[in-house]
Amino acid sequence: MELSTPTEFTPWLSLGGGILIGLSAVIVMALFGRIAGISGITTGVMGAVVPMQSSASDRDWRIAFVVGLVTAPILYAIVTGGWPEQTVPSAPLGMIAAGLIVGVGTALGSGCTSGHGVCGLARLSPRSLAAVVTFMATAAITVFVLRHVI
Amino acid sequence: MKLIAGFAAGLVFGLGLVISGMSNPAKVLNFLDVFGTWDPSLAFVMGGATVTTYIGYRLVWKRPAPVLTEGFQIPTNRTIDAKLLTGAALFGLGWGIGGFCPGPAWTALPMMAPGTLLFIPAMLVGLWLGGWLSAGGLRGSARPA
Repeated sequence: MELSTPTEFTPWLSLGGGILIGLSAVIVMALFGRIAGISGITTGVMGAVVPMQSSASDRDWRIAFVVGLVTAPILYAIVTGGWPEQTVPSAPLGMIAAGLIVGVGTALGSGCTSGHGVCGLARLSPRSLAAVVTFMATAAITVFVLRHVI
Repeated sequence: MKLIAGFAAGLVFGLGLVISGMSNPAKVLNFLDVFGTWDPSLAFVMGGATVTTYIGYRLVWKRPAPVLTEGFQIPTNRTIDAKLLTGAALFGLGWGIGGFCPGPAWTALPMMAPGTLLFIPAMLVGLWLGGWLSAGGLRGSARPA
């Protein structure tokens, strides 16, 4: 059922973009002494609005970080004259369910692709490696079922 | 200073997501679709990001403390428990359905695709719900400081 829009394999752009993501993670560690995990940063931002398990002292830079994230595609569009290429699944119930599950899962598992993936693997954390192997596996199985079974 | 630094770090991270193609759910889903329209790009993103972080962390950790805060706060929990694996398994399920993890969801926001505008609020509700469950849920056990 899901859309399978073919995409072009972009090894150099992806490697370059990956290096930028790594640089950002290093900047966050150098300046704030923290792991650059986006689910954790988002949780910190939400602490400004609802009671969350997050530290208030880290709130301001985390809010600024998310504003930076959201500004990035706008800057890209200004420089290149067009939005980044994007195809977002449109099934409304699917996207609501996906968002809910990603939120609950990253909160229970204490991290996502950035916190466990990039930062955790760079720390050689066995816990993060276990998380990465697990979410990569269930994500691949999910896509296989949605695209090739149903 | 903290605000400018936080903004700059987020901007660099976001540009990395956009340039690498990871802000596009189709590209992420194609990485996960090994037996279909496979696109290995995500492995190059993870490789570039992880190696850069590995090297950078070791340089940074030579300093006694971070520049703008008191000390390094690095996770010390090393136990691989059911909560970690359940959470990671659920995250993979949602990631496979929507093609979004938290970072790319944020960078997709200004393009305002209908799917993004449903995903982000649902993710925020999910993060709150997951935090509540972590803290003991209905059993209401004390929240760790």
